[in-house]
Amino acid sequence: MAVVTSDRGRRQAAATQASFLYRPEVRQVIYQAILVILLLALFYMLIHNTAANLRKQNIASGFAFVDRTAGFDVSQSLIAFNSSMTYGRAFLVGLLNTLLVAGLGIVAATILGFVIGIARLSSNWLIARLATIYVEVIRNVPLLLQLFFWYFAVLKALPPPRQSLSVIGGGFLNVRGLYLAAPIPEPGFEVVAFTLLSGIAAAIAVYVWARRRQTLTGQQFPVLWTSLALIVGIPLVVHLLSGSPLAFEYPELKGFNFQGGMVLQPEFLALLLGLSIYTASFIAEIVRAGIQGVSKGQKEAALAIGLTQGQSLRLVVIPQAMRIIIPPLTSQFLNLTKNSSLAVAIGYPDLVSVWSGTVLNQTGQAVEVILVTMCVFLAISLITSAFMNWFNRRMALVER
Amino acid sequence: MTYLNRLVLATAVGVIAMSGGASAQTKTLDTVKQRGNLSCGVNVGLAGFSQPDDKGNWTGLDVDYCKAIAAAVFGDPSKVKYVPTTAKERFTALQSGEIDVLIRNTTWTIARDSSLGLIFAGVNYYDGQGFMVKKSIGVKSAKELNGATVCVQTGTTTELNLADYFKANNMTYKPVVFEKLDETVQAYLAGRCDVYTTDQSGLYAIRVQQPKPDDHLVLPEIISKEPLGPSVRQGDDQWLTVVKWVHNALINAEEAGVTQANVAEMLNSTNPEIRRLLGKDGELGKGIGLGNDFVVNIVKAVGNYGETFERNVGSGSRLKIDRGLNKLWNKGGIQYAPPLR
Repeated sequence: MAVVTSDRGRRQAAATQASFLYRPEVRQVIYQAILVILLLALFYMLIHNTAANLRKQNIASGFAFVDRTAGFDVSQSLIAFNSSMTYGRAFLVGLLNTLLVAGLGIVAATILGFVIGIARLSSNWLIARLATIYVEVIRNVPLLLQLFFWYFAVLKALPPPRQSLSVIGGGFLNVRGLYLAAPIPEPGFEVVAFTLLSGIAAAIAVYVWARRRQTLTGQQFPVLWTSLALIVGIPLVVHLLSGSPLAFEYPELKGFNFQGGMVLQPEFLALLLGLSIYTASFIAEIVRAGIQGVSKGQKEAALAIGLTQGQSLRLVVIPQAMRIIIPPLTSQFLNLTKNSSLAVAIGYPDLVSVWSGTVLNQTGQAVEVILVTMCVFLAISLITSAFMNWFNRRMALVER
Repeated sequence: MTYLNRLVLATAVGVIAMSGGASAQTKTLDTVKQRGNLSCGVNVGLAGFSQPDDKGNWTGLDVDYCKAIAAAVFGDPSKVKYVPTTAKERFTALQSGEIDVLIRNTTWTIARDSSLGLIFAGVNYYDGQGFMVKKSIGVKSAKELNGATVCVQTGTTTELNLADYFKANNMTYKPVVFEKLDETVQAYLAGRCDVYTTDQSGLYAIRVQQPKPDDHLVLPEIISKEPLGPSVRQGDDQWLTVVKWVHNALINAEEAGVTQANVAEMLNSTNPEIRRLLGKDGELGKGIGLGNDFVVNIVKAVGNYGETFERNVGSGSRLKIDRGLNKLWNKGGIQYAPPLR
């Protein structure tokens, strides 16, 4: 009969199964819940203990200090800042300075690193030896010493403002920095700017279209010349036709320093140079490892089908080498970002110098300030890693 | 045990350990006596205040104060561990308990007395901020410094006073900020900035160390009050009293004419003030947790305030700074201490 699921049957079935607490899956859930509760309790106690100790010692805590007046100035910042603005604004100034030097440093180090790495594998004996010497020397000297070298040794060699060296384009080079003419857009400049931006967008579109056309039909397209015409040629023509709406402000020596124009301060230049050159030596080795990791048969096959040395490197070897290069390259980018915190030793107002240095000392709230600094560097590193991982996945070869 | 069980057990132990973490109020004097030496925070290297010589021995005005406290507590001025601190880490070192007292040419301000959890025990040097320029730029007064580039150290009252002074006088300037004293001075000497600014005592100290001191000019303007003094952690009144009265003892010793040379024979004096000072009458030392002869030990170790000053920053040193405001109150200065009675 179909009605076998009597109560007695169900009770018998339940009796043979283990009781509630002895079932493995139930135990797992209970243990994990206990662990989570204990971890939360641990964190809560850590935070509570710290806050209680700070309060007992009468040390101020909390983030209210962010709205207080800073009272100090910084030597350079991308946004306007003076001593009557808040500590929060000073934080932004430091953060932007760090991002600026880290961003430019990463670009410069990558370019230089690739060049040196490829140079080390060159068949020209002299070039290969010079690249080897560069890598071995730069890798083994501590970064702080290299920064001191660039800042103090090079700085001492530059003349004082009254005897500046002239640079083409109306600029001056002296111990206070590299002064250049600043471009000032006049009313008609928006048209030129618009042409420039749309030229860049059009060049990217042409590049993508040309790649797709080549994949489908094999026909090549002169992308480089077209891009040059779009980005440089057409805006230049528009600029000249609309009466050159771009004035230049030249730096002039007034009193102690040059006024007007734009200035690249020696702290910034020394930090950028030091960081780029140091990190480039590591990137060079990574690039060399990547290229040597591609099997020799690939290069021979490329040469056999008639590609030149340069083409085989660019079109066959390096795309495969990128798989090996990108993960360690990410580490070097993160290293460069964190090494930029040495800026305080040579007077560049980066995040660590302004926020973890001056603001920490003036407010005395070490716990909050250091916590924020750590979180900021963590965020920058995670964003860089995420981007590089996406890039890595795109570069991954699809294996059969 | 399974891995998960071990993890749970470890976390539980951690939580229990943390919950017993409420600490009793620490008595620094007891800690120092138990440890057997004084942990004293000093400058990494500022001529006249705290500097290691070529054999590694620390000398200076602040160092002598450390020795005086050790002499008062232990009777032996050598029982000091000197902890060199930069401007950036000096307060955290004191807050965290790494040092017992901070005697590091630190300015007494309300911000430092409050939100940092510290409290100042007195002023061992009345100073003010000044400017130093190279004679070759031809400036004779700070009012002519509009548009100048100024080298300054990070995290100091110097940075703030500089901004205030230039704003108040409607002048502009460009700051170049470094962490360490050496880097700041090197940049000034290399010509990166026109002006170097710090407390005037520091300016004289730096100037005298240059190969050609006469190439540099200390401008006459003093733009701020910088009362430099020792500081301790808040919430420990007994230790604050000890440090305060070591300083007062030095001043009172100079007032009474007790010097390092004559303290031995002064012990036989019949002058009631001197008898009280040197502990022959009364239980004054015991009242603050030290021996009754703590002043004798101090003066035997470092002399009185005047001798300490002259030996480290005054006529007996390379700096040759005039005592100025640091003279005794009855000799034209403002060093004044409450009486020992």
